[in-house]
Amino acid sequence: MPRSMAAPVWELGMEPVVYQVTGRHQELVDTVTLQMTPVDGPAMSFLPGQFTMMGLPGIGEIPVSISGSPNDGGPLTQTIRAVGKVSAAIAGLGVGDRLLMRGPFGEPWPVEEAVGRHLLIIAGGLGLAPVRPIVYWALANRGRLAGVELLYGARGPDYIPYGAQLLGWLASDRMTGSLIVDRHSDEWAGPVGPVTELIGRHATVDPAKTVAMVCGPEIMMRFVIQALEARGFADSDIWVSMERNMKCALGWCGHCQLGPVFVCRDGPVFRVDHVRNLMTQSEL
Amino acid sequence: MVDDSLWIEADAGLRQLLAVLQGRGYETVGLTEQDGCITLGPIASADDLPRGRIMDTGGGHVRCRDGESDRFFDKTLPMQGLKRFVYPAHEAVAQFDDDLTITTPEVEMRPTAVFGVRACDVAAIDIFDVVFRKPPYTDARFAARRDGLLIVAVDCAVPLETCFCASMGTGPHATTGFDLALTELSDGGEHGFLVRAGSAAGRGILAELDGEAVRDDQVAAKRAQADAAAAAMTRSMPANVASVVRQSHDSPHWSEVASRCLTCANCTMVCPTCFCSTVEDRNALDGTAWRERRWDSCFSIEFSYIHGGGVRESAPARYRQWMTHKLGHWHDQFGMSGCVGCGRCIAWCPVGIDITAEAHVLAADLERAVPTMGDN
Repeated sequence: MPRSMAAPVWELGMEPVVYQVTGRHQELVDTVTLQMTPVDGPAMSFLPGQFTMMGLPGIGEIPVSISGSPNDGGPLTQTIRAVGKVSAAIAGLGVGDRLLMRGPFGEPWPVEEAVGRHLLIIAGGLGLAPVRPIVYWALANRGRLAGVELLYGARGPDYIPYGAQLLGWLASDRMTGSLIVDRHSDEWAGPVGPVTELIGRHATVDPAKTVAMVCGPEIMMRFVIQALEARGFADSDIWVSMERNMKCALGWCGHCQLGPVFVCRDGPVFRVDHVRNLMTQSEL
Repeated sequence: MVDDSLWIEADAGLRQLLAVLQGRGYETVGLTEQDGCITLGPIASADDLPRGRIMDTGGGHVRCRDGESDRFFDKTLPMQGLKRFVYPAHEAVAQFDDDLTITTPEVEMRPTAVFGVRACDVAAIDIFDVVFRKPPYTDARFAARRDGLLIVAVDCAVPLETCFCASMGTGPHATTGFDLALTELSDGGEHGFLVRAGSAAGRGILAELDGEAVRDDQVAAKRAQADAAAAAMTRSMPANVASVVRQSHDSPHWSEVASRCLTCANCTMVCPTCFCSTVEDRNALDGTAWRERRWDSCFSIEFSYIHGGGVRESAPARYRQWMTHKLGHWHDQFGMSGCVGCGRCIAWCPVGIDITAEAHVLAADLERAVPTMGDN
């Protein structure tokens, strides 16, 4: 007899689950945060740094990191900037609209590495979204951490997502942090410049007792790594989240290859000493 | 290496083998000639095989012609391997109707015996088994098709001009991964096949065949034939190619290759191990939509697109990605090379780029660049 003639469906694979939008907040002119729950059953649980494949039937699918709290088991929260066909369609969804979801995928931020140490979170632009779950986690685990500091750089004062929450966090006595913008406006009283400026001027930590988690445009992350190392950080204490084209998130489609790694399954979160060469070679 | 257990006669033996496979419910697929090219297609009996036909190949060159003998399997390699049988070039992976009900299309795979699979293509299927079943995920569509496939391998006696499996350690004889394997011998007035089984299914089929015990002189002839086939290969990959490509990121040679490369993706389409795909949503006029997985190629600019542009926009970077992945990073990802030495990428390249020649240039450049003892 032939070995097996079963025709099984995908296991955790290409088949999506239907979610429904339960909340929508316009973060920035081109960016929204959606809250979503499955049509059937509870929302997926996830770890900080993981992502999902969000999709709409007949339009397509894109990888989007999860930007909500990993603690409360509530709706799935994701922040989407409308830059292409699929992201524009998803950003245009309203409360009650349905969409397709697969995941969660990817290696998370190693938040337990920060226990007993100082946690330094550095984000640029929409790179704040993938590190936001770290902040939720850190505040819920504050007693286990020596300190929590967030350094955030945005293009300008009008490009800061989660604005009120961010200011609340920075004003609280449970964490420290600073904001900086590339281009200021009249209302902006804070510092102006690249986020690396904050590392020299504001970060008050002892590199030997600190773990850093960094997310933003690749060029920003490269300069942040340089600045951290100039401050005495070991590259094994710095973590980054990488971005590449993804079509499957399972390691099958090949699109997200970065040299020897698949960003979707080996990452997106990497320790810097593991990807240093991969971040500096052109067109890898 | 599995020992041979039976000797069957060329004509009667092959006919019986095909009949036994069909009697067990297998669709039988084997070498056929189509549009002037040897390919894999349905065959009803051993009489359908392109007996005596051989292929001449070179860089950008494939021609079929009559050979000098009436042997079945000399100097032929189907234009594609087993890839399309286990991983279709395009297929729907999810269907959506108007109210967002999701259906997953079932895999339609009739048990299929592929007759005359070369050692390189057996090795390629073993590679797919690693790629598509690497924990924690299993591609169930691949698995269903793979598990429905019965592989009847044939050892190569006369390689093509473009073959280099001996230097990749995958051939010319199949050592694992097959259900049955045949060695065609035509010495001393007899013409037939040594048969060995590599699986329980293969052993069951072998038990139904009429044949004779294997003689020592046939085993010796088989060994000599394998040695001659390996020696006849004029192309080879440098032994250290994996480290060569990984150290050659900044080599000027990529630009030289790219001055010839059309980035047409032919090499990735005929490669039996290239597994990259894209996922696209399609729409029908009745409001239904479906999600389709299709073979894709790292030679397209869109392949690496993220907002703002492609990561690999230049042709040298795309050729480098293909070759470095295949020969170098594949080891990091899957613990093995992604190249089985079938040479199809050479034959089907419209400008005749030869991956083995490019590898030798890179290796030589690197050797010149590395100072040796005494260079000061």
